[in-house]
Amino acid sequence: MAEVIVFLIFAAIALVGAFGLVTAANTVYSALGLMATMFSLAVLYLVADAPFVAVVQIIIYAGAVMTLFLFVIMMIGVDKPDAYGARTPSQIPRTIGAAAGFFSVVALAGRTVWITGSAGFGRPDLYGSAEAIADEVFGTWTIVFLSTVMLLTIAALGTVALAYYRLEPVAEEVS
Amino acid sequence: MELTSTWFLLLGAALFAIGVAGVLVRRNALVMFMSLELMLNAVNLTFVAVSKDLGLIEGQVAALFVMVVAAAEVTIGLAIIVAVFRTRASANVDELAELKG
Repeated sequence: MAEVIVFLIFAAIALVGAFGLVTAANTVYSALGLMATMFSLAVLYLVADAPFVAVVQIIIYAGAVMTLFLFVIMMIGVDKPDAYGARTPSQIPRTIGAAAGFFSVVALAGRTVWITGSAGFGRPDLYGSAEAIADEVFGTWTIVFLSTVMLLTIAALGTVALAYYRLEPVAEEVS
Repeated sequence: MELTSTWFLLLGAALFAIGVAGVLVRRNALVMFMSLELMLNAVNLTFVAVSKDLGLIEGQVAALFVMVVAAAEVTIGLAIIVAVFRTRASANVDELAELKG
């Protein structure tokens, strides 16, 4: 029952975040909505017996990818600047309340699934752990893993190449 | 009430649909890109849920590989958006119509 409650709460947060991503006029609010969706999906991964995927979700998506998004948004500028000075008096208590609620639900999720181990599904002490996934990745899917290494290297090189993209037309104009 | 994989699949479908709507409706390249990320995440959720349902670990491994591809895609995509913005000073995809026949 506790799993259902946690699922419903974070599914609602994920849906609200996704909806805000699509509807927000300000790009920064879109990024924040996506961030909320990413975090709630990480909690849902915990509910679904995938603690390692949940941790990777937070590190890669909420950490690296969203930071990159916010960096690019700030670099190329927000299209429609909103009234940032419009602060309501109840903003701080509402923020504290939301943070406290988030923490309590995360604590509940940790008590029910992560720390105690899931009951009634497969191998509770092994399933979804880093060891089990490493066993699979480095045992069965080694070639795929090495391909992703190559893919990431190519992506990094491509980004560097794109960063110098502007130099070529300038050189053509000179000659 | 038991938490079955149907709930996860429904949520994944809803998130994917919202992502599709975002790609189709919004014209800001960054928002479209974030909607793409949302769709990838929705698929990841279905992978993990079905993996739990079948008692297999392969679904979680697939979700990890999707994350790797998404990270590479974000790097390249944002580099392209920045490159376009530097030459065009706009992130609106409707203004990029030079290749139109």
